[in-house]
Amino acid sequence: MRASLASPALARNNKPGKRVLPGFALSLGVSLLFIGLVLLLPLTGLVMQAADMSWVQYWAVISDERVVASYRVTLWAAAIASVFNGVVGLLLAWVLVRYEFWGKRVVDALMDLPFALPTAVAGITLAALFSEGGWYGQLLAAVGIKVAFTPLGIIVAMSFTSLPFVVRTVQPVLEDLAPEDEEAAVSMGASDWTVFHRVLFPALWPALLTGVALSFTRSLGEFGAVIFIAGNMPYVSEITSLMIFVRLQEYDYAAASAIASVVLIASLVLLLAINLWQARYLRRLHGR
Amino acid sequence: MVSGFSVAGRLKGLVGMLAMSVGMVAPVQAADQEILNSSYDIARELFSAYNAEFSEYWQQETGKSIEIKQSHGGSSRQAQAILQGLRADVVTYNQVTDVDILQQRGKLIPVDWRERLPNASSPYYSTMAFLVRKGNPKHIQNWDDLAREDVSSVMPNPKTSGNGRYSYLAALGYAQKAYPGDEAKSDAYLKSFLGNVAVFDTGGRGATTTFIERGIGDVLLTFESEVNNIVAQNPDAGFEVVVPKVSFLAEFPVTWIDRNVERNGTEAVSKAYLEHLYGEPAQRLIAGFYYRVHNETVKKEFADKFPELELLPIEEIAGSWENAMQVHFASGGKLDQLQRR
Repeated sequence: MRASLASPALARNNKPGKRVLPGFALSLGVSLLFIGLVLLLPLTGLVMQAADMSWVQYWAVISDERVVASYRVTLWAAAIASVFNGVVGLLLAWVLVRYEFWGKRVVDALMDLPFALPTAVAGITLAALFSEGGWYGQLLAAVGIKVAFTPLGIIVAMSFTSLPFVVRTVQPVLEDLAPEDEEAAVSMGASDWTVFHRVLFPALWPALLTGVALSFTRSLGEFGAVIFIAGNMPYVSEITSLMIFVRLQEYDYAAASAIASVVLIASLVLLLAINLWQARYLRRLHGR
Repeated sequence: MVSGFSVAGRLKGLVGMLAMSVGMVAPVQAADQEILNSSYDIARELFSAYNAEFSEYWQQETGKSIEIKQSHGGSSRQAQAILQGLRADVVTYNQVTDVDILQQRGKLIPVDWRERLPNASSPYYSTMAFLVRKGNPKHIQNWDDLAREDVSSVMPNPKTSGNGRYSYLAALGYAQKAYPGDEAKSDAYLKSFLGNVAVFDTGGRGATTTFIERGIGDVLLTFESEVNNIVAQNPDAGFEVVVPKVSFLAEFPVTWIDRNVERNGTEAVSKAYLEHLYGEPAQRLIAGFYYRVHNETVKKEFADKFPELELLPIEEIAGSWENAMQVHFASGGKLDQLQRR
């Protein structure tokens, strides 16, 4: 059965544009149906709800002073959180791939915890830890740093909830990197730094960037974890998701969808740009 | 939404609703009839107690058993669920606007729903009070103290919580009395009042946690009932209740959903369920949860728990709820202007 299916496919494989797997039309159909049902339909709903407004109204909603302030807070916090995650996540992935140590499996499993934990729980826990009476909070308070109920708290919550993105995107690429490449470089007299930035980094860079971008877009939309630690001060520590939530509380679905569309478009453009760039980069890297 | 709205609360509500739907499928001890009460977040305990009381009364009165299902969550979210098709028989909310929306958006109830039951369909009421730390070190007695430079306060966000809205309106009512006709002074007061807020939680319970567990702020602003409950639950913390002399009349409107009770065939029991809230046993039970009630006998019994004060209704402060929402809480409204830097 298998052979009979595989052999014509293999035979055809020599011709350009043919696939190894049969049933392309069916699988593409199923994929498109799912994309349609799961992704596009809700998005259409969002657009429909925002479509009740005129462009002038739309602009007025999304350019409201307080909402704009929330973009600034959200963008900055998400940017800092995801860069932080880029550094820490790379380090964690490196340790998990390249070293053997007792309890490695447990640490590896722990990496996914932020995904498993309901974000509201994460937010409340972080607020408890980082408020002035909390374990971390009292130490930080001694050096005059306030985390809970300041914009710093937003960064902490965002990086906590999105750290696994970086670890999990970098990890498989690291695993695929043959240690021989590094050994070859070292035997040819390269310093540690040269090995890192000439051999390892070029191969890791696309995955790392994807991880950071995912972490960033996740942070843009984060709500549950952030509102419990942010303090939610107007113009200072209000995130865009809270602005959407406020509009929903006012039964103003159109305005909520309008602000949501800004976040969505920003994320979409960013992910698309990263994808295009990555494709080009990989072509260059592999000399295709 | 509500006092006590929080994401955690919403999750609980969701779990509750899930459990409910499972309950509908599973073979439960079939009662003769069942109704669904859609209620606000922190009323879980109150209505559990009341439901037991009512079903006993209903059994005696009619010989029929009744099962009352509860659904709790932020009351704006709860109202949205009904608008989206949840067939709740009665609503017991803590914001008039959330019942109004059922009329305006869904035409599920008549325009004059408030006339159908005594006291504008509000069987009990409360007001906004202060909770201060042990010994009241900052000497907070009244609304003007909350605008002092050395005071930092915690209240839920008026944008996301009815509780927060009530506190804002109470402060506004105070300012109107303190500076009659002088809007500039009143605005300046409200600006410093809002400026002193250290954390704007999205709901009442969140604010309670911030004040008690995180130790933020000198004073917590929330319902008198919530404040008393906190003191009762944390007897060792030494928190003190301060009830300002003038405050806002916070109503807790109830009504049956005409469209749904018709379809569910539960009109009689739904009406009785709400009317019974005004009876003496129910009023006594409600007063035990630190809500103020209308029944004269019960009022006397609990006189020491509820200090006399002047309660300003929404009509006196902002004309009407509709007006209050438009002028003060809508995007670009008074609240937004006052919070602008």
